[in-house]
Amino acid sequence: MYNTTQSVLLAGVGGQGILRASDILSLVLMEAGFDAKKSEVHGMAQRGGCVTSHVRYGTKVYSPIAKKHDINILVSFEKIETLRYLDYLKPTGKVIVNEIEIYPPSVNLGEAQYPSDIIDIVKNHVQEVKVLNATEMALKAGNPRTANIVLLGALSSFMTDINDDCWERVLRKSFTVKVVKANLDAFELGRNL
Amino acid sequence: MKALMSGNEAIARGAYEYGVTFASAYPGTPSTEITEEFSKYDGVYAEWSPNEKVALEVSIGAAIAGAKAMAVMKHVGVNVAADPLFTVSYTGTNGGLVIITADDPSLHSSQNEQDNRNYARFAKIPMIEPADSQEAKDYIKLAFQISETFDTPVFLRSTTRVSHSKSVVDLEEPVPRKDTTSIQHNRDKYVMVPAKARLRRIEVEKRMEKLKEYAETFPENRIELNDADVGIITAGMCYNYAKDAFPNYSYLKLGMVNPLPVKMIREFASKVKKLYVVEELDPFIEDQVRALGIDVVGKAIFPYTNEFDPGVIEASMTGTSAGAPLELPLTIPMRPPNLCPGCPHRGLFYVLGRTKAFVSGDIGCYTLSFMKPLEGIDSCVCMGASIGMAHGMSKALGEKGKGKIIGVIGDSTFIHSGITSLLNTVYNRSDVVIVICDNRTTAMTGMQDHPATGSTLQKQKTKELDFAALGKALGIDSVHVVNPLNLEAMKAVVKEELSQDGPSLVISQAPCALLRSRQIDEIIPLAVDPHICTGCKVCLRLGCPAISWKRFEDLGDLKVEKKTKKQDGIAVIDASLCNGCTVCSQVCNFGSIKEVQ
Ligand SMILES: Cc1ncc(C[n+]2csc(CCOP(=O)(O)OP(=O)(O)O)c2C)c(N)n1
Repeated sequence: MYNTTQSVLLAGVGGQGILRASDILSLVLMEAGFDAKKSEVHGMAQRGGCVTSHVRYGTKVYSPIAKKHDINILVSFEKIETLRYLDYLKPTGKVIVNEIEIYPPSVNLGEAQYPSDIIDIVKNHVQEVKVLNATEMALKAGNPRTANIVLLGALSSFMTDINDDCWERVLRKSFTVKVVKANLDAFELGRNL
Repeated sequence: MKALMSGNEAIARGAYEYGVTFASAYPGTPSTEITEEFSKYDGVYAEWSPNEKVALEVSIGAAIAGAKAMAVMKHVGVNVAADPLFTVSYTGTNGGLVIITADDPSLHSSQNEQDNRNYARFAKIPMIEPADSQEAKDYIKLAFQISETFDTPVFLRSTTRVSHSKSVVDLEEPVPRKDTTSIQHNRDKYVMVPAKARLRRIEVEKRMEKLKEYAETFPENRIELNDADVGIITAGMCYNYAKDAFPNYSYLKLGMVNPLPVKMIREFASKVKKLYVVEELDPFIEDQVRALGIDVVGKAIFPYTNEFDPGVIEASMTGTSAGAPLELPLTIPMRPPNLCPGCPHRGLFYVLGRTKAFVSGDIGCYTLSFMKPLEGIDSCVCMGASIGMAHGMSKALGEKGKGKIIGVIGDSTFIHSGITSLLNTVYNRSDVVIVICDNRTTAMTGMQDHPATGSTLQKQKTKELDFAALGKALGIDSVHVVNPLNLEAMKAVVKEELSQDGPSLVISQAPCALLRSRQIDEIIPLAVDPHICTGCKVCLRLGCPAISWKRFEDLGDLKVEKKTKKQDGIAVIDASLCNGCTVCSQVCNFGSIKEVQ
C-alpha cells in the first residue's frame, strides 16, 4: 500500500470510451483493496471536445483530481492530446500513446496542420513511453470498440502493484457475454505489447 | 455493500434509502443524473417539469401534501425558481422539501459561475454541502431530517466535482416506505397575503435562530485539530483539495454553510495561530468570519474565479506559482465541442448565417453554431432570452431592423421559457422571425424527454405538444414546419418570412443525429469523388467533423488531377463518422459528393 496517493490520467476525445475505461480502472483498484476516486467533467465534452479522467488511489484518497506535475501515468487515447496534458506528469511519470489522429476543427478546415513529430516531442520529455495503435489491435481482437480496453491492457503492464486476477475479475463483470471475450482478448493484446 | 458512485448517483441512492418518493426537476449539467437515477428506483415518482420554477412549485405542492419531495436543478435553474423559493421559506413545508442546486465553478457547461450559497442567506434557507459521494448520500438524508424537524425547505449544494466524481459508498437498505400524505387546510400558513406573510416572516427569523443553535451541534460540522500553526475553515470539495495539499494542518470542516456555527468558528480560531478560509468563488464564509471580528486570510490570496485543485491551494498558500507551462516547439490546436456529424442544426445555421441578419440565440447544442465556420448566432444570455431580445432589438431598430432580426430557440428551451415571449411578439406587434430548432429532444444535457416528445421521464406515453398549433393559438398567422436538412426549402422560407411584416414562426424540425443513430434506420454515408472535387472548400464551411481537408501531398498513393491551377487538395469524408444527412452534397456545386455505393 502507498502512503502517497497515486494518479493516472486518461485523456482523449469525446466518444473514445474514456469514461468506461476509467470506471473499470477504478473498480479494479477497489478490488485490489485501495481507496479510489475518479473524476471527469462531462457535459459539453460529449460533443467531440477533449475528455479527461483522473483516477487516484492509495490508502486514503482526498482529492479526486491531481495537481499539475503529479500524474504517475498518462494514457493518451489520441496522439496530440498527449501534448495537451504533458505538464500534468511527474518528472518520473510514464506515458502510453494511442497513435491514432483525430483532427480538431481547425485542422479539418485546413487552417492548422496536424503536427507530424508528436511522438518525438513526447519522447524528449518523458523517459518511458509506450506507443501503440489501439484501434488496429482492437480489430485484431475482433471488435473495433475495444480500443479503450487495449489501452487498459497496456496500462496494466505499468501498474505492477495490481494483481492480474483483479483485472480479469472486473473485466468479466463489466461486459455482456456477447462481447466479454473480445474485451479480454483486447486487454491481453495491450498488456503483452 | 460497497459501490463506486458519482455524487449524483449517491444523492439519488440516499434519497431512496431515506424513503423519499417524489422528485421534480429540469435537466441541467451537472445536476441531471440525480433525477435520472432516482427515477429508476421502485416506488418513486419523478418528473421532468418544463422548467425549474415549475419543478420547485411541483415539489412544494407535494411537500405541503406531506410527501418527502426534492426539486433538482443546476445553479442557474435556481434563478428561474427564485420566485417560489423566497416565499416557500415563509410558508414552511409540512412534509420534507429539499432543493438541490448543482453549481458549476469553472463554467464547464454553463453560461455563468454564480455562487448559490448566496441564495441560502438571501432566502433564509439552511444549506448543507457534501464533499464526496459518501457524504452526498448521507447529507441528502440529513437535509430531509432538517426540513422535517424545522419545517423549512433545505438546500443541498453540490458542485461539478462532487456531482461528477466517483468514490466509494456504503450502501444501506432503504427504510420501509409509509404514506405520510393527506389534505390539510392551513390558510394561515399557506396563503401568503400581506397580513399572513408578515406573521410568517417572524417565524422565519425564529427558525433561523433555532438553526443557528442547531449548527453548533450539527454532527457534520467538525474540528480536526492537528498542527496548531495553521487552521483552515472549508466546506465541500475544497476540503478534499486542501487535505490533499496540507494533510497536517488543523481543519474546521463545515457540513452546513448556512447558517454558520459561530461559537465553533470562534473556538477554532482561538486554537490556531493563523486562520485561512479555503472556498471557491465568493468569499461567502470569509466575510462572515471577518464580521465576527476574527482575523482571517481568504480571497487576499485565493482566486475568485474557477474551481480549485490541490495545486491551486498549495500555490496560493505557499506563494509559489502552480508550475510553469511546458515549453513545446508547436502550438496544440484547440478542440472545442462541435455539432455532431449529421446534426440537423447544421443545415439551419448554414442558411441563417448567409442571411446576414442578427441571429439572437439561446442555449442548447445549437449555441455551438456560434463558432467558425458557421458563425450562426450572435448572442446567448440565458435560457429563453432569444425571443425577447430579438423583439427588443427589432423595436429599438425600427425600420433599420426590418427583415434583419431572427430569434432561434431549441425545442426544450422554447418550452422552458420561450412561450410567453413568443406571445409577446404577437401582442406587441413584432416583426421578428422566430425559429424553433426542434430536434425532438433535450440534446445538450443528454437526450431528456420534454412535453413535445410524447414520453415522460418514467417512460409513460403522453400527449405531444404541437408547436405549429401552439403558434397559431398564440396568434401567429405565418407558421411553417421545415426540414433543415433540406437547404433549398429552408432558404426559401427564411427569405420569404424576413421580407414579410409581423412575427412569424418557423419550426425547423428533424430528429437529433444521436436519436437517429439510436434508431435502426440504415445510415448511408457519403463520399467525395476525388476526381470531381475542385478543392473549392465550400463543404468545409459546414464545419462537419466528418469532412476534412487533405493536401495533395498527404494523399499517399491516390493520384488526383488538378481541376484548377490553384487547387492544392481535396475534401475527404470519413465514412465512419458520416451520418448521411446529405447537407454537404447540397452545398457542393460540382456534384462531387455522393452516397457510398
Ligand atoms: C435555467 C437553465 N436550466 C438548464 C440549463 C441547462 N441547459 C442548457 S441547454 C438545455 C436544453 C437544450 O435543449 P434544446 O433547447 O432542446 O436544444 P438542443 O440541445 O436539443 O439543441 C439545458 C437544459 C440552463 N443553461 N439554464
